[in-house]
Amino acid sequence: MNKNMRVLGLPYVVWMLIFICLPILLLGVYSFTDNTGNFSLENFKSFFTPIYIRILLNSLYLAFISTVICFILGYPVAYMIAKIPAEKKRNTFLLLFILPMWMNFLLRTYSWMTLLGNNGLINALLQALSLPQLNLLYNSGAVLLGMVYNFLPFMIYPIYSILIKIDENYITAAGDLGANPRQAFTKITFPLSIPGVITGITMVFMPAVSTFVIPSLLGGGQNMLIGNLIEQQLMQAGNWHFGSAASLIMMTIILLAMQFMNRFDKTQQKNMEMLA
Amino acid sequence: MKKTVWILCAILLLVTSLVGCGQSDVKKLYVYNWGTYIDNSVLRDFEKENNCKVVYENYASNEEMYYKLKSGNANYDVIFPSDYMIEKMIKEDMLLPLDKQNIPNLKNIDPKLLDIPFDPGNQYSIPYFWGTLGILYNTEKVTKPVDSWNILWDKEYAKKILMYDSQRDSVGIALILQGYSLNSTNQDELNKAYELLVEQKPLVLAYVNDQVIDMMIGNEADLAVVYSGDAVYCMSENEKLAYVVPKEGSNQWFDNVAIPTTSQNKELAEKFIDYLCRDDIALKNTMEVGYTSANKNALEEASKEDDYNNIAYNPTDDILARCVAFKDVGEFITNYADIWTKVKAAQ
Repeated sequence: MNKNMRVLGLPYVVWMLIFICLPILLLGVYSFTDNTGNFSLENFKSFFTPIYIRILLNSLYLAFISTVICFILGYPVAYMIAKIPAEKKRNTFLLLFILPMWMNFLLRTYSWMTLLGNNGLINALLQALSLPQLNLLYNSGAVLLGMVYNFLPFMIYPIYSILIKIDENYITAAGDLGANPRQAFTKITFPLSIPGVITGITMVFMPAVSTFVIPSLLGGGQNMLIGNLIEQQLMQAGNWHFGSAASLIMMTIILLAMQFMNRFDKTQQKNMEMLA
Repeated sequence: MKKTVWILCAILLLVTSLVGCGQSDVKKLYVYNWGTYIDNSVLRDFEKENNCKVVYENYASNEEMYYKLKSGNANYDVIFPSDYMIEKMIKEDMLLPLDKQNIPNLKNIDPKLLDIPFDPGNQYSIPYFWGTLGILYNTEKVTKPVDSWNILWDKEYAKKILMYDSQRDSVGIALILQGYSLNSTNQDELNKAYELLVEQKPLVLAYVNDQVIDMMIGNEADLAVVYSGDAVYCMSENEKLAYVVPKEGSNQWFDNVAIPTTSQNKELAEKFIDYLCRDDIALKNTMEVGYTSANKNALEEASKEDDYNNIAYNPTDDILARCVAFKDVGEFITNYADIWTKVKAAQ
């Protein structure tokens, strides 16, 4: 790194120190101390009791399922958009996917409440067709829907940006060497798009596992997730030490998950290199 | 191109700093209040009368306000904590004593709301809005008589019941129903409350906050635990709704105006408190918000309106006799939080 770069980079280093390193340090201090400020492992000990473990597992489970759904829905969309030959048309489709994100996240979640409610649009429609009404709101399904709806674009974009960069000649070459389109996809296109998939999965999984707004609005507060637990401990119970410990545990799990994904990414890359 | 951007930035910086200078001689009053808890025109009038600027911010819970002040990064002059929070903040030296001579309009406040145990002699706080906790129900859907908290455990209304997502209120109801104090600091009693709340969980449609208002007006649920002030508004919007304070007793709450130790301008803050106690201002606020005014003249005047002529807005002495105020339970609050977490995590 040359001297100029170092000077230019300084503001970012300061920024990271103040807004990333310091808060994490504080989190660590809080989670390893008790009310009197003495060192204590009590917070972690009380976290590892069946009730909190279940909250954690439930969060991981819902985040996992929503990530899988986002992938299943998102990949084909990203692929189809990337395959549109006309750039203008492609950009229009991309715009349509990003458009809802210009509106506030909270508003979009609230609007699902009016759609899914007992007297909401969907149930009103069912009633008009003289079909029985459904309990759509305030269950895990509604929470999942909220997650998928809100985080889907985070899956589509990274995959799209990788797919669009893949050289068409690779596919042509695969065809010339006797691969059918399906083989070309599974052997060439998909492996090459893995980095985008990894980014997409991380971008969906992280916010999904830590969200507290979606479960409290669409889940009716019945499905307590780890994000809700942390929020409740900090804002209602005022137990910053336990809340910090829970945050730290969540961050560790996300970190481990990312580490795992990265390893996957690396072996994939190695395979590709061997292929080349 | 780059140059123009830089010049524009420089100009912008210069202008903003100049504007900042221009305003520095105008006094600023930092007010921190609950969401939708004042008539905004009242703030503008106060600015005109006192040649000052009111910086107005909102919070959603006592705890949110408390921790923001506790973190030390706040410079609020006027806050609106509830009863138990006043008690807690007095204990922790977070409030400034009020100079009653600067608040002559205190005479308009209903004497029965003064000198309550959470702030004996009203040294630190003056009641602003008050009310009860009760059940709001849809009279078309609920045919059984509603007079007991028991109805929230009635299987006939499964998935039609809304509970408050608040540890003190919801655990409090379960405590009262078993004949315990809603200020209990006994773990056995709390455990029994927990069992009761878990038993109720399959019947609950959702644990909500302010959404309860829209949901009850929109007939999304049949029964809901609400604060009386919200009930007033809901009933004015949906005439099928009725409000009851159950016979087992309930909570009487007080939201009060106080000056935190962070205040830089106590004189102006006291002027503002006095202003809020004025009859015309109190009436404007209660008409806008729908919560029961602590100002006795405003309450009397407002009660003449159809929407305000009910026990939600103006509870009878009979009702108040069976209501208790929240007390600060100190460190024991973490036990309440634990119970509430367990209830919400229960399957």
